[in-house]
Amino acid sequence: MGIVALKTKTKKINEQPLVERQTVYSTKNCNLWYGNHHALKNINLDMKEREVTAIIGPSGCGKSTYIKTLNRMVDLVPNVKTAGVIEYRGRNIFSKDFHVEELRTRVGMVFQKPNPFPKSIFENIAFGLRIHGIKNKQLIHETVEKSLRQAAIWDEVKDRLHESAYGLSGGQQQRLCIARSLALEPDVLLMDEPTSALDPVSTLKVEELIQELKEKYSIIIVTHNMQQASRISDKTAFFLNGEVVEYDDTYTIFNHPKDHRTEDYITGRFG
Amino acid sequence: MKANEEQKSPVQRLLDKKNKNGFLGKGEKAIPVILFLMAAVSVVTTIGIVLTLIVETFTFFKQVPLAEFLTAKVWYPFSKTDASYGILPLFIGTLKITLIAALTAVPIGLAVAIYLSEYASEKVRKVMKPILEVLAGVPTIVYGFFALTFVTPILRAVFPSLEMFNAISPGVVVGMMIIPMIVSLSEDALSSVPDSVRQGALALGATKWEMTWRVAFPAALSGIIASIVLALSRAIGETMIVSIAGGSTPSASLDLTTSLQTMTSYIVQVSTGDVGFGTTIYYSIYAVGFTLFLFTLAMNILAQKISRRFREEY
Repeated sequence: MGIVALKTKTKKINEQPLVERQTVYSTKNCNLWYGNHHALKNINLDMKEREVTAIIGPSGCGKSTYIKTLNRMVDLVPNVKTAGVIEYRGRNIFSKDFHVEELRTRVGMVFQKPNPFPKSIFENIAFGLRIHGIKNKQLIHETVEKSLRQAAIWDEVKDRLHESAYGLSGGQQQRLCIARSLALEPDVLLMDEPTSALDPVSTLKVEELIQELKEKYSIIIVTHNMQQASRISDKTAFFLNGEVVEYDDTYTIFNHPKDHRTEDYITGRFG
Repeated sequence: MKANEEQKSPVQRLLDKKNKNGFLGKGEKAIPVILFLMAAVSVVTTIGIVLTLIVETFTFFKQVPLAEFLTAKVWYPFSKTDASYGILPLFIGTLKITLIAALTAVPIGLAVAIYLSEYASEKVRKVMKPILEVLAGVPTIVYGFFALTFVTPILRAVFPSLEMFNAISPGVVVGMMIIPMIVSLSEDALSSVPDSVRQGALALGATKWEMTWRVAFPAALSGIIASIVLALSRAIGETMIVSIAGGSTPSASLDLTTSLQTMTSYIVQVSTGDVGFGTTIYYSIYAVGFTLFLFTLAMNILAQKISRRFREEY
């Protein structure tokens, strides 16, 4: 598919923002190493609230590493080392007095493969509330229903809330995982290739969901699907070999890329 | 002819060779037969053991009524005039040992399993697992003398009222013996919980312990319970430790500080003594053995039921 075909599909979004949106994430000179492998090189990115920011790039370009750094899930990898600053709402996420649990409570994450807990549908959603000490049964019930409705899965599961989450289809499981994050009313939702394990119909549902959620949440999504990025995002960052090659409005990236490598990638010349 | 041979591909030459030796035909057919025979040996052995038990147990119950066996409160087969065959004291002895073993082994075993699977670094795991496996390989007679000559004196120094033969010392040591079993099986169950599920919990802001206790542990619960029940059925059947350190006084008392006898240690006592073949006492060991067999069988069935009931699939 050439650049022309993409052009016709890409709408011009947010050309003239009415309200100045605040920055949620500000990345300054961020570097990351896995052992000796320099995986992120001098990343500088600012992300605004209530926008969908897409991160695209070929496999191994660091896009997944970057999104996992934003909620410090990357800490789980042995021998990982970071340098530089990532500010979430003005606070450095690497600083000692910013507890990683607090960060992850405010910043939800949806993974590449749906990973519901081996519990009932209800308990999957209630888990986040329970670990944060909420015992009020009515509040839990209301939040479970609200989260499932927000994730557009309530009608499919309302009669089987106490059955295992593993009885759901892959697409339903992924929306359940989104609902699980929403139950904590996060500020930001990180999505790491959330549709790569889903069929086209489920993918479409998740994409529609993202469009609805951006009214309330800031969404950062990693995708290897350029059509998806152009359909759903406001801003797009193009990663290559651990560096940000270009970061701009999605419309600009897909129609008037400034860097020839961006153009080569989105026109399918490599990647 | 030779030129023709060289034109063949290497794979074709190998196949030709195998065909010439008749390998593909005969060998492949013989293997499942041999394997089946091996499997049959263990099945036949089990059936043989159970049959022997049943036949000899019937002989015993021809001489001693089943009602006496189940209801009499005294086990005193050696009396010339007033022999009494009530299983209750041996049953209580076994129960006391099993209970103490469970109280020792379950908390420690689970703590070690959780530590190894969730917290320990690769280095620590590499050192600790082999040590635990060595512990599992120590002969039980060694544990028995450890109980009698090491644990009992220490316990008696602390609690002077404790008798030389008691339930606590062998109970605790039986517990130590089954710890490796609980650790190994529970750790397997915990490790088979996928990491993606753990990450899901951590990404919601759960601490490591919240993730372990509320996600990983419940997900592994069926395997963990099965490991406990299996380990306890080993505790029930344990013989040497209780024979050496528990004494040989059948007692229906619930006192843990006095000498006792379990079902297994009674069997040892009779087998090593000079009891004549064909006497009632001789047949009584089969009745006791059969009771023990039913006991552990029930535990194994329970383990299977529980692990099916709590299965959380992932």
